[in-house]
Amino acid sequence: MSPADKEEPMRYAILCYHDEAAVGALTKEQDDALMAELEVVRRKLEAKLGPVARLMPTTAATTLRAGAEPLLIDGPFAETKEALLGFYVSECATLEEAIEAARELMAPRMAAGLMSALEIRPISIFLPGKAGA
Amino acid sequence: MSDLAWLDAALTSARPQALGALLRYFRNLDRAEEAFQEACLRALRNWPVNGPPRDPAAWLIFVGRNAALDQVRRQSSEEPLPPEELISDQGDAEAALAERLDNSHYRDDVLRLLFICCHPDLPATQQIALALRIVSGLSVKEIARAFLVSESAMEQRITRAKRRVAGADVAFETPGPVERAERLAAVAAMIYLLFNEGYSASGGEAHIRVPLCEEAIRLARLLLRLFPGEPEIMGLTALLLLQHGRARARLDAEGCIVLMEDQDRTLWDGAMMAEGLVLVEKALRHRRPGAYQVQAAVAAVHAVAARFEDTDWAEIDRLYAVLEALQPSPVITLNRAVAVAKLRGAAAALAMIAPLAERLSGYFHFFGVKGALLLELGRAEEARVAFDRAIALAHTPAEAAHIRLNLDRLMKDSAPRGNTKAAF
Repeated sequence: MSPADKEEPMRYAILCYHDEAAVGALTKEQDDALMAELEVVRRKLEAKLGPVARLMPTTAATTLRAGAEPLLIDGPFAETKEALLGFYVSECATLEEAIEAARELMAPRMAAGLMSALEIRPISIFLPGKAGA
Repeated sequence: MSDLAWLDAALTSARPQALGALLRYFRNLDRAEEAFQEACLRALRNWPVNGPPRDPAAWLIFVGRNAALDQVRRQSSEEPLPPEELISDQGDAEAALAERLDNSHYRDDVLRLLFICCHPDLPATQQIALALRIVSGLSVKEIARAFLVSESAMEQRITRAKRRVAGADVAFETPGPVERAERLAAVAAMIYLLFNEGYSASGGEAHIRVPLCEEAIRLARLLLRLFPGEPEIMGLTALLLLQHGRARARLDAEGCIVLMEDQDRTLWDGAMMAEGLVLVEKALRHRRPGAYQVQAAVAAVHAVAARFEDTDWAEIDRLYAVLEALQPSPVITLNRAVAVAKLRGAAAALAMIAPLAERLSGYFHFFGVKGALLLELGRAEEARVAFDRAIALAHTPAEAAHIRLNLDRLMKDSAPRGNTKAAF
């Protein structure tokens, strides 16, 4: 398929879910090594990766829940075993390409002993905004 | 790391929950540990083949419990046992169990597991060693290395501590709010002790033992995940992060102590500091001040100062005043005096610590601070006496070396003039 056959490439969010306890059990050296390897992959995929974010532990989160009086709760929205700890925004021509990118991003995580799940979710509206530009 | 690194990581991170649940079930620490051990052995055989279960903790609890029950049955009858594949195939049972083990259960299980290590009869070092063994799952060898004692000595220490704990009367029912708060406070104190053991080692060669600090942070985060709305646990976690975030700048290449004023702030760990600051901010919103929160707030004042000269000493003075009211202690007054020295001069600070002399007569930092204040006032001879006392009380070579550096400076300053007072 030539690029002309495609309309605009699709944006996919790659959402990174991890067992937070396992991430927290990494030593500083292990964490740094993992970050360095992920940076190698990121550079390789730079052409199709947009903003990348690593989120602080869920303990740093505050959640506002709708209600008659919106309720402020300490901690993440969902208390799940795997927590959303980061995300990538990618721009890929096909789902296949996005999956391939996710595979590359998965390898260093597995090597570090993390049982991660990378959810590939198409983005419907994307407004880059000005912060962090 | 090997291909099975994930297995190790999964077992380590599931340990507190799984062991905590097995302890609730068996009400006996030895049996719970044996059951957990057995479950881990089966996981090592089963997971690489079948893949990891969705909820490793639930799997380990289920398998551990069944294995221990089998053990009992095996002892009481000669009946043949079902083949291992049947026991290890946990497909449906696991999901059902996971549902029953909701977060609130885990919460009290893990808290209980931590709490039994905080038995008041146990000296602090034994509480810490026990927690590292039971909750963190470190081997006796690793713990011995961290405490710089022989493996056999540590084995004895842990065995003794376990025996003491086994005889203790720990309630296994779900604790009420008051009891839970008491347990939380005891566990927080133990985690802080663990951190301090690593942050300012109480003996031996190494001044900072990073693994102990990292383990303390891991346990603090674990506790905070279970009790996300407790401002004091936020404060504790923040305090550890903000202090450990400075670790790389605290010692120079030769292992000598670098004071905060001389630290290269670019060596501070930005991610750790940022997380600590967020937690302080979150905690203070609750308006339920506590000792950890205030200490974390002090650390936060240092963290946001781009240079030492930018430190907001008035805020630090104010925070220590709050801390003195919350938790009167001569050590806190001593810390406050350092801020007072910056605000109102060394003489005012010296007057502030004078009444502490008797109570802090065995405290290294008291004589370090006193010596530095006297030096600033040009009272060289008295400074020398204070520094000599500090060296005698130093816990690590780095502490002693740091004070000796002050003494050397003092000698250098006074030698050519013969009388330091002439300089003033």
